[in-house]
Amino acid sequence: MSDEILDEITASDYKYGFTTDIESDKVPPGLNEEVIRMISAKKNEPEWMLEWRLDAFRIWSEMEEPEWPNVTYEKPDFQAISYYSAPKQKKELGSLDEVDPELLKTFERLGISLDEQKRLSGVAMDVVVDSVSVATTFKKTLAEKGIIFCSMSEAIQEHPELVRKHLGTIVPKRDNFYAALNSAVFTDGSFCYIPKGVRCPMELSTYFRINEAGTGQFERTLVVADARSYVSYLEGCTAPSRDENQLHAAVVELIAMDDAEIKYSTVQNWYPGDAEGKGGVFNFVTKRGLCERNAKISWTQVETGSAVTWKYPSCILKGDHSVGEFYSVAVTNKYQQADTGTKMIHLGKNTKSTIISKGISAGKSHNSYRGLVRVGARAENARNFSQCDSLLMGDQCGAHTFPYIEAQHPTAQIEHEATTSKIGEDQLFYCNQRGIGTEEAIALIVNGYCKEVLNQLPMEFAVEAQKLLEVSLEGSVG
Amino acid sequence: MLKIKDLKAQVEDNQILNGINLDINAGEVHAIMGPNGSGKSTLSSVIAGREDYEVTDGAIDFDGEDLLDLDPEERALKGIFLSFQYPVEIPGVTVSNFIKTAINESRKGRGEEPMEAREMLAKMREKSALLEMDKSYLSRSLNEGFSGGEKKRNEIFQMAMLEPKLAILDETDSGLDIDALRIVANGVNKLRSKDNAVVIITHYQRLLDYIKPDYVHVLYQGKIVKSGGPELAHELEERGYDWIKAENA
Repeated sequence: MSDEILDEITASDYKYGFTTDIESDKVPPGLNEEVIRMISAKKNEPEWMLEWRLDAFRIWSEMEEPEWPNVTYEKPDFQAISYYSAPKQKKELGSLDEVDPELLKTFERLGISLDEQKRLSGVAMDVVVDSVSVATTFKKTLAEKGIIFCSMSEAIQEHPELVRKHLGTIVPKRDNFYAALNSAVFTDGSFCYIPKGVRCPMELSTYFRINEAGTGQFERTLVVADARSYVSYLEGCTAPSRDENQLHAAVVELIAMDDAEIKYSTVQNWYPGDAEGKGGVFNFVTKRGLCERNAKISWTQVETGSAVTWKYPSCILKGDHSVGEFYSVAVTNKYQQADTGTKMIHLGKNTKSTIISKGISAGKSHNSYRGLVRVGARAENARNFSQCDSLLMGDQCGAHTFPYIEAQHPTAQIEHEATTSKIGEDQLFYCNQRGIGTEEAIALIVNGYCKEVLNQLPMEFAVEAQKLLEVSLEGSVG
Repeated sequence: MLKIKDLKAQVEDNQILNGINLDINAGEVHAIMGPNGSGKSTLSSVIAGREDYEVTDGAIDFDGEDLLDLDPEERALKGIFLSFQYPVEIPGVTVSNFIKTAINESRKGRGEEPMEAREMLAKMREKSALLEMDKSYLSRSLNEGFSGGEKKRNEIFQMAMLEPKLAILDETDSGLDIDALRIVANGVNKLRSKDNAVVIITHYQRLLDYIKPDYVHVLYQGKIVKSGGPELAHELEERGYDWIKAENA
């Protein structure tokens, strides 16, 4: 591909780079027990929650930041981050009309006006700006089915028994450095509980956005699908452009009880930094799900943003006949770095997992797939299929694959396929010859390449994801 | 319609075209024949605007416009179509999505509205039937896992959809069995009119039994060394290319 085209593609701007002028209530930078007590007090938390956080903080204090991912970045100064930033408006919100108009404008610019969302798509949204959940829609409809869908803060107040029972059971406090940090300082997130035998009638959706300068976002999500239930959960993320690096260290825990199914989809579009690699979000996320007997967890992610991403949505296939799936598109451009993949831990008999990973690297970026398939000693007849494809644009980017396979049972069937390809001159010329311009041609080819993953996304999300792919790779071919 | 004057072109310092002169008018069918390496495919690539080919001299005029100034997609918008000798695969992009994009991008480029979905569908049905293509073709990934014959048929299907003014068929007959050859030729014939022109690039006479050319040209060492009517193709079939080579030694 000619350098000119590449330059143009690499030059596209971050569409979501604006900040919103909302008064916010922010804790001074720094991290110590006092700050954690302050966060807990501001959120009016019960004693057990505070103790849980303090325990996590002590664990974290003794941990080292990991070095093994295939990324290089300047380590965040944890004492320079403000760990709590909430839009200043504390009263209860009964309807959208009560939401700060500035905030609503932000949503509109993001193209996710709540009114629209409510009316058109029937999506119930829990919107998290910085750290506090500001509006939850459709709660009533859900409540009729016994479904709980609320902010994590609210869940701690209203459903402490459920939170206490499950929080940290899938991703323990000492799991890793960032999970420990998150456990100590998480300020909000979403909680979802689907009762036995209930099929959630709508897609549940959360939109995260980092607004305040110098804040980290540490959201915590817990989804519990009780026996024979089903839920599809969507998560979208955006951050305004900032010069400095912002830290995002989230933890997501999924629990699928016997015969339950959870479909978890993410479209991640955090600010990737500018054309010189300055700024951008550090996205260090721990996502993991547990499948009981005959349960199924399916992760789908479209990752286009962040300066550095480090994330492995995983499935622990504990129950016999349980199924884990991972469908991923990760795009890196400019100076972005992504080290992402999954872990499929087969413990039960006849467990099955599928991994489809599509990496796209452009500019001077680096894109790594890292995945583990482990078949335990009792996992008779476990089966895995992995397909890891890399697409390179230009000759200054890198694609890397690190598959790890550990099989402890002789009946294990593990298949791994990997391909690396380039968008060829031939493909572009072919499209050009049919009247399709180069930029459109790239969008067409990339969308085709990602199709298996995009097909997994719910309709309205798939459209957004497709647009995002185009935006993150587009230039201004004129 | 197309006027090529003293065209010289090279690829990576290899001079391949050494002064081509060719006039093609609306309603005509021209066949360009010649031995391997004579520059046939280079000529089609240069007309379509492939980047790797550098035009060192001469001019190509298409409907009064200097073609060499235009990007490949602009040439396509003007009505130039190339049926590729080796059509590329685009995984995950269905035939119908590809042709829909091609048609609508072409329309956009000409300042027209996108084609209505219903009209598009009807047209796809009509043209795929013309080429005796099964309906399932449309939902397959473009050229992925296609047999040689299927790829060529798909090229002509796209040509039928795009309705170009000038269609260049670059060895469309290679890799076709006799039935596919008949179907493809039939498709091309149905698309012929007094307003468009067809250039057939081929080694063999057999496609010309189905698509009757008005003119036959022999390309050798980057030049048109002989031109004539359909009888020239028969003569080449009988005598091979050696006498041409001898005459131009």
